[in-house]
Amino acid sequence: MKRSATPYLFLLPYLAIFALFWAWPIIESLLLSFQNTRVYPPVWDISINWGRILGDAAFWDALRNTVLILVIQVPLMLALATGLAIGLNSQLLRAKGFFRFAFFAPVVVGAVAYSAVFRLLFNQNGAVNAALGLELNWIFDPVGAMVVIITTLTWRWTGYNAIIILAGLQSIPKDIYEAAEIDGASPWQQFWRITLPSLRPVLLFCLVLSIIGTLQLFTEPWLITNGGPGTATTTLGVYLYRQGFQNINFGYASTIAYAITLLALVFSIIQLRLFGRDQ
Amino acid sequence: MKRQLWWRSLWLHLFLTPLALLWLAPLWLMFVFSTQPEIAIFSTPTPILPGNQFAANLQSLQSDTNFLRTLFNSVMVAGIYTVLSIFLTSLAGYAFARFQFWGKGLLFSLVIATLTIPYFAVVIPQFILVAREAKTLLAILIGMAVFGGIALLLAWLRFSPTLGRVMWLGYAVAALAYLFFGVPALREAMTFDFRLTNTWWAVILPSLANSLGVFYMRQNFLSVPMSLLEAARIDGAGEFRIFFRVAVPLVLPAMAALAIILFLASWNDYLWPLLVLSDREMQTAPVALGSLIGLTRVSWGGIMVGAVMTTLPFLVLFLFLQRYFIAGITAGGVKD
Repeated sequence: MKRSATPYLFLLPYLAIFALFWAWPIIESLLLSFQNTRVYPPVWDISINWGRILGDAAFWDALRNTVLILVIQVPLMLALATGLAIGLNSQLLRAKGFFRFAFFAPVVVGAVAYSAVFRLLFNQNGAVNAALGLELNWIFDPVGAMVVIITTLTWRWTGYNAIIILAGLQSIPKDIYEAAEIDGASPWQQFWRITLPSLRPVLLFCLVLSIIGTLQLFTEPWLITNGGPGTATTTLGVYLYRQGFQNINFGYASTIAYAITLLALVFSIIQLRLFGRDQ
Repeated sequence: MKRQLWWRSLWLHLFLTPLALLWLAPLWLMFVFSTQPEIAIFSTPTPILPGNQFAANLQSLQSDTNFLRTLFNSVMVAGIYTVLSIFLTSLAGYAFARFQFWGKGLLFSLVIATLTIPYFAVVIPQFILVAREAKTLLAILIGMAVFGGIALLLAWLRFSPTLGRVMWLGYAVAALAYLFFGVPALREAMTFDFRLTNTWWAVILPSLANSLGVFYMRQNFLSVPMSLLEAARIDGAGEFRIFFRVAVPLVLPAMAALAIILFLASWNDYLWPLLVLSDREMQTAPVALGSLIGLTRVSWGGIMVGAVMTTLPFLVLFLFLQRYFIAGITAGGVKD
């Protein structure tokens, strides 16, 4: 190998930014979580934030809400996305362009735009009540507000996941299905025996992305329900924003951030244990 | 058999068509609401056909926020970000794909590991970095010096005949150097004022550390035949010339896909611009729209105009460039 500085020159601009705005903040967040930042200058106080978070009912509320979304919305969305991907991949489907546009279009819509729309749709005098003949005040009802958040997220992200799953479907060799067909396997059997096992790595990837995405959910609950009513839709992201940027307590917010990071780590390990290393 | 397929096809369409219409409904109603007076939006039955209030709603949006100005900010921020990010990530991706060098494995796994780290883990120090009261870009320089120093150290260790063989020692030295010199230097630098809040740079700079982009460009440069690059090298072209003249043209379609996704992500970003842009003249369009949603006395028709104006160009582009959007989205997920 020729010794040269060239590769380092190619890397330097990116690594400088990466070092300053990612590598360093990961460490600084941890350091901040061990400091009392409510005094100036901040002082080291190893247990102040971590001690607080354990007994903080509002944090546990936020964690409960986030986990609730995680266990309801993510499986719902992934099942729907898998079904959609199989439908869109089917040779029996006509007007594919229309269907693809309908389900994939939310991918380009910004969170602020669709949050505003869904807030209007679920208004007491809004389109959803008009269509269902209800007079429910969704956003001011604890369960209703959660339903709105879950609906919004599902609308936005199902197509996105379907795109990834569709790409996975298209990489399954066709002749496996032909062989199964000749052996007399029903479509249902083909789905359980061929499609689903082949999609495992792709579904795992979608699951990991969705879990990390849900753990840092902020914009939708912030704009649609403002975390309410009460703390009914306060997610970890909303709680972190309130602590960090409304109460200006960077130390405690860093502790929340690291708690979220630890959760992401735990989920990743569980996934690897449950599903094995497919990659 | 044929009859059976016909039934299956029918069921498929009977299931998917209502679902597709349901999926399109929010977008259609967003457009309808943007053309209706406030009173119509909250009336029963909900209007499903466009009205003629678009101009009036736009006017109220423009007077609530300086919306056209925020659109301009959004275009500039997303545009500059996309160009710079493509440049940085393709240089880095090329280095990871094309060269063998000391520390490559460690650096690459470091970059990739950040893909699974929640954004919140870095957002507060990032905010402190750009918002602190200070004067210069000193911290960036220090950061570059520290990491440049580590890179040079690694390179030197590689060349040194005795130390080159004990790689772990090099990693340990680099880690210690970072902990003892880099961390204090950066903490010191953070007490200076960047005064970047309310500038485009505050939004752009931190998001340039885009590891997915590096990964994506690396994958694409890996698919460029090495023999082509070697041929250029034998012809006497320098490494940067090979990169710009030979490698980049070969991955242009992939770059286009990445550019679209980066532009869109930057355009739609909300949390970070919300944190660093408080001045109404400097806000991006989503932040300006978001600030209206929380208010009680506000024109919903106006907000819908804003939603339409930030969304419609991309919906139209999506119709024509679907392939590129989809290529960008599947980039990280599916191996070929």
